[in-house]
Amino acid sequence: MLGEGILKGLAETAKNFAGSFVSKERLTTVEYPEERIAPVEAARVFPFLIYDGSDWEKGMRCVACQICEKECPPKCIYIEKSKDKKPDFVGKPQIYPAKFDIDISVCMSCQICVEVCPFEAIKMDNEFELATDDRFGGLLLDRKQLAKPNEYYHKIHPTEAAAVDAKLAEEKAKAEAKAKADAAAKAKTAADAAAKAASAPKTPEGGTGTPTSEATKPPEPAAKSTPKTEGGD
Amino acid sequence: MKDRATTAGANALEDWNRPPVFETEGEGELLEVSMGPHHPSTHGVFRMDVVLDGERVIKLKPVFGYLHRNHEQIAQGASYLAAMPYTDRLDYFCSLTNNWAYALAVEKLVGQAVPERAEYIRVITAELTRVQNHASAIGFLIQEMGASGTPLMYAFREREKILDLFESLTGSRMMCNYMRFGGCRVDPSPAWFEATRKVVAGLPKFVDEFEALLSANEILMARTQGVGILRSELAVNAGVTGPMLRGSGVNYDIRKVDHYGIYDRFKFRVPLGEQGDVFDRYMVRILEMRESVGILEQALKEVPAGPIMDPKAKIRGFRPKPGEAYGRIEAPKGELGFYLISDGGPNPYRYRVRPPSLINLTVLEDMCLGQNVADVVLIFGSVDIVLGEVDR
Repeated sequence: MLGEGILKGLAETAKNFAGSFVSKERLTTVEYPEERIAPVEAARVFPFLIYDGSDWEKGMRCVACQICEKECPPKCIYIEKSKDKKPDFVGKPQIYPAKFDIDISVCMSCQICVEVCPFEAIKMDNEFELATDDRFGGLLLDRKQLAKPNEYYHKIHPTEAAAVDAKLAEEKAKAEAKAKADAAAKAKTAADAAAKAASAPKTPEGGTGTPTSEATKPPEPAAKSTPKTEGGD
Repeated sequence: MKDRATTAGANALEDWNRPPVFETEGEGELLEVSMGPHHPSTHGVFRMDVVLDGERVIKLKPVFGYLHRNHEQIAQGASYLAAMPYTDRLDYFCSLTNNWAYALAVEKLVGQAVPERAEYIRVITAELTRVQNHASAIGFLIQEMGASGTPLMYAFREREKILDLFESLTGSRMMCNYMRFGGCRVDPSPAWFEATRKVVAGLPKFVDEFEALLSANEILMARTQGVGILRSELAVNAGVTGPMLRGSGVNYDIRKVDHYGIYDRFKFRVPLGEQGDVFDRYMVRILEMRESVGILEQALKEVPAGPIMDPKAKIRGFRPKPGEAYGRIEAPKGELGFYLISDGGPNPYRYRVRPPSLINLTVLEDMCLGQNVADVVLIFGSVDIVLGEVDR
């Protein structure tokens, strides 16, 4: 029969129309400013800079290595290195960004800066209500506007942030252990040299005596020598 | 002034070195109409210079380049990784397949292996992309026929579910930027697989509904059958690929021909048309959606555990040895290929995209000659292009 196909199609639309009164699943519209859907955890909009602690300038993780600036596909990041240094989260003195600007009118939210950053300093925000009437100044964010605390990062990307924190804690522990081991090794060589110098004329059993000296002595010189090694660095 | 205008017009006609197919009937004059670039049916900014004799098309000249963004030159100036987000913006309906084609080309260039799990995730995301692309392509096609809204909304309802999956996996609905050389960027969580299974389970029902709505519709048949016929010889000679080529009855699917990725492991058929008209192209897309759902079901069953990224793959300081590679995949619109030449530097010496949309568009005039103006819009819609890929 001519028109059968059309009627079949109309039955389909009628079914959907009637269904929208019955099933909640079919009513997917949310009236935006009043009602909002929470963004998914993976959502990314524009990058921001993470800082630890309460002072954004002191706790900034970025060390101005400029890798993100080089890798950024649309080249929307501008970094100027500082002249002086400040300690980073491990305690090692590092350069910090004297200037860190992101032009979010150019940024294309690709997340490559996040992937290439070796210091976990730059992450993606999910803030999307960024409309401004200042076309140039309002969309050029400087480092103060970009800086956001680690807690904020935990709030928007909980699983990712936990993984990053674990990684950083591990790195820190490793760095501390390494510093300790270095110090201990230095102390040991110093102690050995001292012991050798002291014991050389005394006894022939210096070889057997070293284990005991290793077990008992190091802690003291280690504590003394840590500041020395750091100053040396 | 007057002289110049008339001669310019005459030259413009003569320059198209194809003789007119139809003589004017009676005393009428030829009418030159410029369709676009802001015509709502052009999927972006695209212009067709159409010469009409009454209602019939006797010449058609596609004009594009309005959306040119210098994609290839930008990619040649940037590092290999930095070109990846730009590939999202080629065919912005199918960013994941674009990612895959580019990743495949670079992996060929450096001989990079991809872990098993990543291969499965690539297949799953690519087939989801194909389903949503075909659904919306058909939606647009029907919209251009004059059924304003309903089928397109049905398609977009389904597309939305798939884009939600993409968003929860990659962080972005359309600009996914997900694949990397030697794997994928993030490992999907079990919850994501659960959600995907749920969406995939609903897809056959959607295709059934879509078909009940459209396939038997008399108006659709009257408008599409016997319209815009593309002969298989012409399709092959013009380098047409994808559903358009298969709609003309040529059995050529790169998933079957090239054996890229892990497509050998899945059972699927290649739907073929017979006449090569708009209806066949429509039907091939519907059937391909069904086959894609089959692949998705198989792939979701067998996803292995393991790393998502080759641990040896480098992200920074990526410098392939001098050489060249061409990686191609069966994108939803046809053969999408990336041709790369490396001179050992951090950026490609030559970076070339073989876009299916542009090359499928070259046969537009041959399909439109002798048809009515109203059918031009329909034939153009059945090519299924995205201007971001045509102009690059």
